[in-house]
Amino acid sequence: MTELLELTAGQALERIRAGELSSDEYFDAYAEAVVSDELGAYLWRAEPGSANGAEGGPLSGAPIAVKDLFCTEGIQTTAGSRILEGYRPPYTATAVRRLAKAGARVLGKTNMDEFAMGSSNENSGYGPVRNPWDPGRVPGGSSGGSAAAVAGRLAPWAIGTDTGGSIRQPASLCGVVGMKPTYGAISRYGMVAFASSLDQCGPLTRDVTDAAILLRAMEGRDPCDSTSVGIDGGVELPSRTDLKGLRFGVPRELSADAEGIEAGVTEVFGRMLGLIGDLGGEVDECELPHSRHGISAYYVLAPAEASANLARYDGVRYGLRAGPSGEVEGGLGDGVAPAETALVSMYERTRALGFGPEVKRRIMLGTYALSSGYYEAYYGRAQRVRTKIAEDFATAFERFDYLVTPTSPTVAFKLGARAENPLAMYMSDYCTVPMPLAGLPAISIPAGLTAPDGGGPQLPVGLQIASPAFMESGLLDVAYALEGAIGFDAKPRGDM
Amino acid sequence: MNHPNEYEAVIGLEIHVQLSTRTKMFCGCALSFGDEPNVHTCPVCLAHPGSLPTVNEQAVRYALQIALALDCEVAPRSIFHRKSYFYPDNPKGYQITQYDEPLATDGRLGDVRVHRAHLEEDAAKTIHVGSSGRIHGSAQSLVDFNRGGTPLVEIVTEPDLKSPEEAREWAQLLRTTIRQLGVSDVNMEEGSLRVDANVSIKPAGAPELGTKTELKNMNSFRFLERGIAAELERQAAVLDAGEEVLQETFHFDPRTGSLTALRSKEYADDYRYFQEPDLVPLAPTQEMLEEARAALPELPAQRRDRYASQLGLPADTAKQLAFDAELADFFERALATADGAEPRTIAIWVTGELVARLREAGDGEADPASSKVTPQALAALAGMVEAKRVTTGAARRVLATLVAEGGDPASIVEREGLAQMSDSSELDAIVAAAIEAEPGAAEKVRGGNPKAIGPIVGAVMRETKGRADGGEVTRLIREKLGV
Repeated sequence: MTELLELTAGQALERIRAGELSSDEYFDAYAEAVVSDELGAYLWRAEPGSANGAEGGPLSGAPIAVKDLFCTEGIQTTAGSRILEGYRPPYTATAVRRLAKAGARVLGKTNMDEFAMGSSNENSGYGPVRNPWDPGRVPGGSSGGSAAAVAGRLAPWAIGTDTGGSIRQPASLCGVVGMKPTYGAISRYGMVAFASSLDQCGPLTRDVTDAAILLRAMEGRDPCDSTSVGIDGGVELPSRTDLKGLRFGVPRELSADAEGIEAGVTEVFGRMLGLIGDLGGEVDECELPHSRHGISAYYVLAPAEASANLARYDGVRYGLRAGPSGEVEGGLGDGVAPAETALVSMYERTRALGFGPEVKRRIMLGTYALSSGYYEAYYGRAQRVRTKIAEDFATAFERFDYLVTPTSPTVAFKLGARAENPLAMYMSDYCTVPMPLAGLPAISIPAGLTAPDGGGPQLPVGLQIASPAFMESGLLDVAYALEGAIGFDAKPRGDM
Repeated sequence: MNHPNEYEAVIGLEIHVQLSTRTKMFCGCALSFGDEPNVHTCPVCLAHPGSLPTVNEQAVRYALQIALALDCEVAPRSIFHRKSYFYPDNPKGYQITQYDEPLATDGRLGDVRVHRAHLEEDAAKTIHVGSSGRIHGSAQSLVDFNRGGTPLVEIVTEPDLKSPEEAREWAQLLRTTIRQLGVSDVNMEEGSLRVDANVSIKPAGAPELGTKTELKNMNSFRFLERGIAAELERQAAVLDAGEEVLQETFHFDPRTGSLTALRSKEYADDYRYFQEPDLVPLAPTQEMLEEARAALPELPAQRRDRYASQLGLPADTAKQLAFDAELADFFERALATADGAEPRTIAIWVTGELVARLREAGDGEADPASSKVTPQALAALAGMVEAKRVTTGAARRVLATLVAEGGDPASIVEREGLAQMSDSSELDAIVAAAIEAEPGAAEKVRGGNPKAIGPIVGAVMRETKGRADGGEVTRLIREKLGV
């Protein structure tokens, strides 16, 4: 049984196809494992023996963990927020439907920072998630539950969403593979919106091949999402073993000069650059001058979009509604006297009770940034920075095929360490924010272990590789070659 | 009311047209009117988490037709924006509309320039139970999302209108135009056509515009005219008193004809517009533009020209018909059934007598389609006048009967004995008797005063009950008097 949980999903699928493993056995091994979820990774779990539905298809009935940001018909979908407690969507997200169509079965809905706003999973309305490498530390966020579940052998693989780093950063902190595809590669339909121009679904897996398998199943144009286009030519499974003839740029601003970068991270990253050379790749420094302002621009644009996206949680149609004297009522039909003052106070109390502090902070930030008289100074300017960042990438990709950076400036930090300091928390995404601002794909793979600054346990470090838009197959190939050369085989502590 | 100062009115209109597409603007729900509440809803138009809008292509095609009919420039690429405000009729917390890059700009209809036309979605319907039907003092509010997401085209004019009458006439022309496109029901009572007005006044000849106010909820053309007139009157009184007009929004109450200022909270206008990230720019293809252009029917201005040049109608009559869709429809149908009657005769009867009778009967509104007079009946009546089978006076009486009861003119003529007198010996006797009865008048006519003939003609008409032709009667009298 334990051995089964150690397989990558791709390996398990081969066994299923070879008739050595039944898909129900595979599903139930995980369904039983997640019963004792000590990481707090799950918000909803399938019952052992409950597997039903398609077993054929390329995913052959394999279990998958789904971030609770994806709508699943009839299954509670909270986006990590109390305001959606008990909410059962009337429909299923396109990405999840595509996985189901390919034969996958939902193992559970994973914990996350509320509305995907956070980098530690401490902003969940349902409690934090613990890092399987050290339960005193965070798994990163916002897809913290998905990353912890995959690393902690509570799921063979998972899907998450990335807006400023929400797949790659937790993947890095938990020692798994995490990929943010090009904006538009996978439909956003049914993915609870945080910042619509940045949000993108992607896989969190044990290895690069699994990431390719999931991406292949999910990508594609969806008539329900006008911004989706799919990946032209589809996704090839990776096979490359060298990096000959490929040029790798190292943006100084996102590596050696990155703010708050830890010594151990710099060291592991240096080793990676050497490895790229060993595999035949060329490595040279480059510049993304405006990426320094990525966090600033992101924390104007993403909250601005969020302030509108989250306006729908008003207590009128679904989810939480605060009653007249401040108590909480569920659902519709309770006797709120809807004179205008009662209406406004219903809105105010519902949102005051339902949203956590970080969500409120960002709604305030975003509302302010869009207000008349401030729009140009904040939103307009941030848009221009965004354009400049995209231009920087375009320039860099004239010289390089790929760009490499550390995924996170630090290894996993202790629970509570940045909880009181939003700016320190925001800097967690320093290296991952520029790519979504430019709409580009990027992948994080485990590069090795190191101790945090000031000492502590050995913890995973992620290597981030970025490519031009819609070059996912190439990106996966490069990540696969490096994965093979790195040979990362460390596991989280077994005493969880 | 007279004002010590003379003012000029400056009026612009903001029109919302509900498109009669099969489905909503951003989802696949059916459009409906009067169905059971909340049956035409889905995750998108109820703003469920994670749902996304997609643009209704038919709505774009309809909007393009409107843009072309208004002679607008169509933007090769226009942008949707989010307009944020909290209200239960607005489930996403923002309306998807167009802002600084609209679908169409710089058009013209008649004498009025069109500033812009853009696509957006309609709000849901809130029903405030109890009290006034508005939120203040209501006991309970209900929301019907059937209407939410209906495609709308918003049309904004330049402030080119100078009077309430002009505003009303132009709004009717716009309605006729859109009705002919067949892209909307354009019914003001049902709300598929909504006209708001921006109104200001300035001292006559002054170059600068005064502060404007906005008028809402004028749900008929008559109320539009009345509402604007009332507001112009109010603004003039404010200026006469040496005070300043404030920028306010007023709600027209059709029951009292009065205007109530909305509380500022109801129109706090920081809508925090920003580009809608869920939709790509709207870029109509060449094929869509060509198709929209090809689908344009005969528009009012073209119709007016055709009526004048091909049917020989007087200019005023041609315009009156062409700029009023109901009237023109009625006229065209009457023309189609006309058995020999001249278009000119039918047109004059439609625009003159028929409209006047219908206005009397319909409290100022003249919709021939909803009257008892059929186009066939009117054409037949005009034909009878032309063939001198009834006199004009008798025909007026037949028309009054048609308006009141409907029916066939020939039977009414027969039943009421209104056929024109064709027996000249009978008429001869009546004329002779009338001359005898009015000797004074007869003497004056003989003495060279032709106007004195009136009382004699009147006597003949009374005696014949209008069945005699006036021209023939005059001729006979003069003959007998030897002048």
